[in-house]
Amino acid sequence: MAEATAIQDRSLTHAEPWGAKPKRMFAPATVMVYSILIVAALYYLLPLYVMVMTSLKGMPEIRLGNIFAPPVEVTFEPWVKAWSQACTGLYCEGIRTGFWNSVKITIPSVIASIIIASVNGYALSNWRFRGSEVFFMILLFGAFIPYQVMLYPLVIITRELGIFGTLTGIVVIHTIFGMPILTLLFRNYFASLPPELFKAARVDGAGFWRIFLQIMLPMSLPIFVVAVILQVTGIWNDFLFGVIFAGTPNFPMTVQLNNVVNSVQGVKEYNVNMAATILTGAVPLLIYFFSGRYFVRGIAAGAVKG
Amino acid sequence: MRYALTAVLSASVAFTGASFAQAADLEVTHWWTSGGEAAAVKILAEQFDKLGGDKWVDGAIGGSGSAARPIIVSRILGGNPMGATQLNHGRQAEELVQAGLMTDLTELAQKEGWADFIRPKSLLDSCTFEGKIYCVPVNIHSWEWMWTNPNVYKEAGLEPPTNWNEFVAVAPKLKEKGITPLATGDGFQVNGIFTVLTAAIGGKELYLKVNKDKDAEAARGPEMKKVLQAFADARSLADPGYVGRSWNEATNMVMTGKAGGQIMGDWAQGEFSTAGKVAGKDYDCLPGLGDHALLDTGGDAFYFPKNSNADVTKAQMKLASMMVSKQTQVAFNLAKGSLPVRGDIDMATANECMKKGIEILKNPDNIIPSTDQLRAPDTQGQVEALAAEFFSNPDMSVEDMQERYAEIVETAQ
Amino acid sequence: MAGNKRPPALFRNLNAKIAAMPMIATVLVVFIGCTVWTVVYSFTSSRSLPMLNFVGFDQYTRLFNASRWNVSVKNIAIYGCLSLVFSIVVGFILAVLMDQKIRFENTFRTIFLYPFALSFIVTGLVWQWILNPLGIEKVVRDMGFESFNMSLLTDRSLVIYAIVIAGLWQGTGLVMALMLAGLRNIDEEIWKAARVDGIPTWKTYVFVIIPMMRPVFVTTLVLIATGIVKLYDLVVAMTNGGPGISSDVPAKYVYDFMFAWANLGQGLAASTVMLTTVLIILIPWAMFEFGGRKAK
Repeated sequence: MAEATAIQDRSLTHAEPWGAKPKRMFAPATVMVYSILIVAALYYLLPLYVMVMTSLKGMPEIRLGNIFAPPVEVTFEPWVKAWSQACTGLYCEGIRTGFWNSVKITIPSVIASIIIASVNGYALSNWRFRGSEVFFMILLFGAFIPYQVMLYPLVIITRELGIFGTLTGIVVIHTIFGMPILTLLFRNYFASLPPELFKAARVDGAGFWRIFLQIMLPMSLPIFVVAVILQVTGIWNDFLFGVIFAGTPNFPMTVQLNNVVNSVQGVKEYNVNMAATILTGAVPLLIYFFSGRYFVRGIAAGAVKG
Repeated sequence: MRYALTAVLSASVAFTGASFAQAADLEVTHWWTSGGEAAAVKILAEQFDKLGGDKWVDGAIGGSGSAARPIIVSRILGGNPMGATQLNHGRQAEELVQAGLMTDLTELAQKEGWADFIRPKSLLDSCTFEGKIYCVPVNIHSWEWMWTNPNVYKEAGLEPPTNWNEFVAVAPKLKEKGITPLATGDGFQVNGIFTVLTAAIGGKELYLKVNKDKDAEAARGPEMKKVLQAFADARSLADPGYVGRSWNEATNMVMTGKAGGQIMGDWAQGEFSTAGKVAGKDYDCLPGLGDHALLDTGGDAFYFPKNSNADVTKAQMKLASMMVSKQTQVAFNLAKGSLPVRGDIDMATANECMKKGIEILKNPDNIIPSTDQLRAPDTQGQVEALAAEFFSNPDMSVEDMQERYAEIVETAQ
Repeated sequence: MAGNKRPPALFRNLNAKIAAMPMIATVLVVFIGCTVWTVVYSFTSSRSLPMLNFVGFDQYTRLFNASRWNVSVKNIAIYGCLSLVFSIVVGFILAVLMDQKIRFENTFRTIFLYPFALSFIVTGLVWQWILNPLGIEKVVRDMGFESFNMSLLTDRSLVIYAIVIAGLWQGTGLVMALMLAGLRNIDEEIWKAARVDGIPTWKTYVFVIIPMMRPVFVTTLVLIATGIVKLYDLVVAMTNGGPGISSDVPAKYVYDFMFAWANLGQGLAASTVMLTTVLIILIPWAMFEFGGRKAK
């Protein structure tokens, strides 16, 4: 992957369209481009639309009406119910109880996994040592192992370390499973930076950490943004690790979501389910809405270069 | 070799217990989240809190037992055990007990004389390992029931069916009216239909031969073929929307007249009573599908993972004792729609269907062991997958099904 | 490229080794350790808890004879091929369109990308809701097409395609973002040269741009492929493997045997087969990708 990139683009932050050629509006080709994009956008928006509409309807309307029709009578009750009243077992406190727990898990996990992966990626791209490539390859293979297979050994390992069922435990687990993809991103990014910079710093006598902190880090904002987005999304949406490794007092929001969605009392309350779903997905969704542009820019800045 | 590992696992118990902020908080995990089930859990929690001091912390895990089980087992293995947990007794928890991860309840059981009042005896036997008692049976659940909505039939100008054959015979008429004859969901529910048909159509002898003796001869025989033909009938009576439906949604279809009937264990009754429906008027129950009135005596049980915190252990004993107490047994089972594990309590307030059940259980000949008790979970899984495959595929022939079923029986443990 | 100073001694370049410690520990303990653990226990008759009662190849014999496993393998093959091809083709086409100096680029990008922010559980739930008989089917029937049938979720030969549709919805946005980033990195000089030579646009894409974007395709492939192997949550949330066993996938087979049916040995045998397959596919690629460079 790290073969010398034929064309090294130096302006790291540019993400302007470079495409084929500028076109006039309303040319047949332009119309086609827009129509395809709009059709595709409809396919992507349809589920969100259905989710929002369903969550604003009352149950009788859901049973009778069609799923695409906007609500005749808008009600926010499903939202209130999902947030603070939906029941699982004895507790009828909705999904809000897990919100702060998810925050508590996500923030340290994102920070820890990114620090470790960035330093690691830097070592792998600029300071290779004997065997480093082999370790990296195995790390990448690790990304292909289904999580469930490693559940029991990980339970035993974390137990022996004395961190099972604690916040530390869940942070370590997320750091481990974030490592393959994040390391890949950081390694490729650092490899795409101009080697002259690194060489010049070496000549000046700067060491491993100084080059990392003073030269590499200031140039790495785009890739850090990508890493943060990926990690927040992944960790926020995790259910399996959270419920097993985080310990009861730290159960993340997805645990409540799972309970709300999977426990049916009487009939399935689709409206509450949809509201709970949107509420749980809100944090990663907002991050995407506000930082989508930096995401592409960050990847363009080198994560996908050789 | 295996005992070396056991020693390692036992050593881990030393780590336990530190996770409770207050010693008196007892976290109880279970997967009882439907309406009727939640009402039953509430009774347990309230009774426990009333005892004073300790507190029930509810750890409901939504979804089915198969979603909850790995979470429960990992937490026990990882040394962060809950105070108590639901697990089906039978062979499921055996290894955890073997590894020394469960609290021994023998002393309490002897003091209170559990063996004298818990019936049938097999319930306590399932909780016993090497002469010691490790779990508390809280109820008796039987699979072998069919729930029908008589009003659906009456409105269609039909006689409400009183057995499986009648049910099948009038089904086409219901279909014409746009009503689903047989409400069901997928997964364990389909497997349940198959097991129930084995007992109800095949009778006790066949049931024991295939499930207990693992008699492949019987599994290939004409009796079994009849059962499979009934299963094929059931297949044709369900609606395609059964995929992904939960059992209580199916019960709801019967309740609201969208379906004629449902084959489901007596826990379905909890849904009817939570909705305020009256047995004999709003719904009918046919034990053993009205054919062979056999009931199995499976049920739910609670285990108490070992804990190094003495306060928690004390609270565990208190909870265990409370669970089998007369008062709890009556209130809990009325809510859950199950039968009590004690023979010495007055169930006068029980409804018509539960009384039918109590009556049937009085004769030991009517009792069959549940498949959980007879087969390893692994075999259960194989049968479940086969039943699911057959039920979803109208092109799969009865002969094909029978041969593959016999193969599983042959290799079963 | 970088890293051309390669000190021979163990303690040289020490900082890099320290920095790589978490990776080395993870690789040795978690990935290699767990893989060895998996392989060893796949030869035992372990039930709920790992026990070392060796039974030879019994678990494997049973695995290969299990019709459920064979259905799972077929499903993952269908899902894998379709989602690989479609997410790359669709992702690339969308990226090319987005790269035409269009207006509202931000809006379109957000629309294509947002499903990636949602978990598979959520994706499964929403698509189940849309595709179930009360969803699209009912809507079209209410419009007067009484005989309209869209039984994707209940038809056992079609259900896997329903899962593909949902999976693509969730994942193509990311592919599009990666491809778009790749396109943005192509030097404009290339385009100018192509135009001067009078090469048609589509030809420039196919013969010039795509070969230049090889690293992007590699990263994308790794990301998609890991997702395919691990496909589990989406299936559970959408169909739970049904109807019957017709949308079963290997990861679900593994999970069910390990946890629901207390046959750890069988589950681990299945996962060993999965891992071996991944290795068989990946090793030649890794040799090709990393091996040749040593000579440099």
